[in-house]
Amino acid sequence: MAKTKVLMTGNEAIAEGAIQGGCRFYAGYPITPQNELIAYMARHLLPAGGVFIQAESELAAINMVFAAAAAGSRAMTSSSSPGISLKQEGISYIAGAELPAVIVNIMRGGPGLGNIWPAQSDYFQATRGGGHGDYRCIVLAPSSVQEAYDLMALAFELADRYRNPAIILGDGMLGQMMEPLSVHSPQPTVHRKKNILPNKKWALTGCKGRKPNIIKSFYMKEGDLEKFNLRLQEKYKIIKQKEQRCDSLFLEDAQVILVAYGTMARIARGAVTKLREDGKKIGLIRPVTLWPFPDKVFKRLAISDKRLAILVIEMSYGQMLDDVRLAVNCQAPVEFLGRSGGGVPSEGEIINKVRKLLRTREPEN
Amino acid sequence: MNKIFSRPKSLRNISTHYCPGCGHGIAHRLIAEIVDELGIRQRVIGIAPVGCAVIAYDYWDFDCCEAAHGRALAVATGIKRVRPQNIVFTYQGDGDLAAIGTNETIHAANRGENLTVVFINNAVYGMTGGQMAPTTLLGQKTATTPRGRSAATEGWPLKISEMLALLPGVKFIERTSLHSVQEVIKTKRAIKQAFQNQVDKIGFSLVEVLSPCPTYLGLSPVEALEWIRKTMIKEFPLGRIK
Repeated sequence: MAKTKVLMTGNEAIAEGAIQGGCRFYAGYPITPQNELIAYMARHLLPAGGVFIQAESELAAINMVFAAAAAGSRAMTSSSSPGISLKQEGISYIAGAELPAVIVNIMRGGPGLGNIWPAQSDYFQATRGGGHGDYRCIVLAPSSVQEAYDLMALAFELADRYRNPAIILGDGMLGQMMEPLSVHSPQPTVHRKKNILPNKKWALTGCKGRKPNIIKSFYMKEGDLEKFNLRLQEKYKIIKQKEQRCDSLFLEDAQVILVAYGTMARIARGAVTKLREDGKKIGLIRPVTLWPFPDKVFKRLAISDKRLAILVIEMSYGQMLDDVRLAVNCQAPVEFLGRSGGGVPSEGEIINKVRKLLRTREPEN
Repeated sequence: MNKIFSRPKSLRNISTHYCPGCGHGIAHRLIAEIVDELGIRQRVIGIAPVGCAVIAYDYWDFDCCEAAHGRALAVATGIKRVRPQNIVFTYQGDGDLAAIGTNETIHAANRGENLTVVFINNAVYGMTGGQMAPTTLLGQKTATTPRGRSAATEGWPLKISEMLALLPGVKFIERTSLHSVQEVIKTKRAIKQAFQNQVDKIGFSLVEVLSPCPTYLGLSPVEALEWIRKTMIKEFPLGRIK
C-alpha cells in the first residue's frame, strides 16, 4: 500500500495505527498525558465504522473493552498509570476469559497520583500480570512515533492469535512528542466498508445455527481451574518461545552493553553514538517485547567474556533490571542507572556512568 | 393428549443449585419463557452477574457473558454497541446493580443504552453469606448488621429504581414481586415488556423484581413470601415507576 508522510504526536500515531490495524471499538476515560489519543479516537473511529465511548470511569472502559472483544470486535482502551491501576481487575478478567484486547499505557510518575511527567515505573505491573491471578500480558514498548504506529497492528494481531491481552507500554514523552511518520493512509475512513468483525467462532453473536457460546473466567468444579491455568501456562510458554523481539547495536565487539527500552533507549542510543566516536566499545540492547522478555539475545552474548559489563538504564528505580539479571544469570556484572518521578537520565549522565564503569574495569598498569 | 406445560427451549434440563424457596429459579424461567415467546433465542445475549446468579449461563440455553462484580451494564453496553442487532440483557442482584455497580448502572441508563435489565432485589447478600445489601430494610438483621440496619450508621434502603426514573434516557421501569402466583404473572408481563422495548428500539428498560431469600432472611420459604408481601413492599412499593 502506498505510504504517506504525516506529522503526529505519539498519542495520535497510536490511535491512527490502531484504526489502521483494525481497531473498531474504543472506550476510555481522559487522563494526562494520553488525552490526544482519546480525542483522536473520538474524531476518527466513527467515520471508520467503529464505536467510540467516553466511559464514566476506567473500570467501565475496560469492561466495555472486555465486552466488545467478547462480541468479536478488535477493541482497545488507553490510559496513563493511575488509570491503568484501575483497569487491572478488567485486564485479569480479559486474560481469564482468553479475550483479545489491546491496552495502551502512556506512563507517568507514581506512586499514587504522582505527576504527569514521563516515567517507566509501571514495568512490573505490565510484565507481571498486574491484576490477580497467574496470567501474563504481551507487552510491546515503542521508542519512536513511527514504531508506536507500527506496533499497534502487531498488538492486535498477537492479541487475536493468542486470545490474550496485549499492552502498549509508552511514556508521557513518547505520547506528547511530534515526529514525522509514514502511514498507510492519512484517511482511516478508507476502511469503512471493510468487515469490522473478524470471524471468531467463540465470539458472542447469538446462537443462530450453533450451540450457545459462553464467555467466562469462572471454574468452580474441582480441578477445572487448575486445568485451565495449566493451559494458560502452555500458551505463555509458546509466546515466550516465539514472540521475543528486540533491537540491538554493536553487540559484536561491545565491552559495555546498555539495556534500555522506549524513550530511554533513544537517549541511550545517543550516548552509544558519542562514546563510539570516542573509540569506546559500547553496544545497546533495546527490548521491543518486555513480556516475553528477549532473554535469548542475552544468552547469545559471549557472557563468559570477562571484559563484558551490562548497564541497565530506566526511568524507574530498577524494574526491567530484574529481567536483565535473570537473563544474564550472574554471567556478567549488571550495573544500573535510573531516575524516576519525572527525572530522566540524560545522555551526559549515561556517558559519565559508562566512563566510570570502564575505568574501574580497566586493568591497572 | 395435548401438552400444555413444558420446559422452555431456552432453559437447560439440569438440576438447580439454588436454595429451597429461592426466587432466582422463577426469574430464570420467566426470562427463558419470554425469550422463546419473542422468538429471539438465536440473537439474545445474556450477561450474568457476580452473586448467587453467577452461573445463570448454566441454566439458559443461549449465548451468555460473564461480568465482573457490578460491571454488567458496562459489559452489556460494549456488546450492544458492537452488535446492535442482538438483544442484550443483564441479570443483576441488589449488590451488583445498586452497590458496587451503581456508577455503571446510572451511566448506562443515562446514555439511554437500548438494553433490558432484570434487577433481583432480595434485600440481602446471598452468595457471600447474608450480609447487608444496599436494599436491606431498616432494622433488618444481617451478618454485617447484627443489631439491625440503622439509618444513623448504614443509611437507608437505596431506591435505585426511583433514582433511575429521573433520567431522560430511561424509558421503562417497573417494580414487581415473586411473592404470589398473580405477582409472578405480573413480573413476566413487565419483563416481557422490557424485552419488547429493546426489540422496538425504545431504550433502557428495567424491571426490579422483589425476590425471596429464605436462607438469609432466616425464614421458611412460605414465611419469606409473606415477609415480602407484608414488610418489603411497604419500603419498595410495586407498580410502574416510569
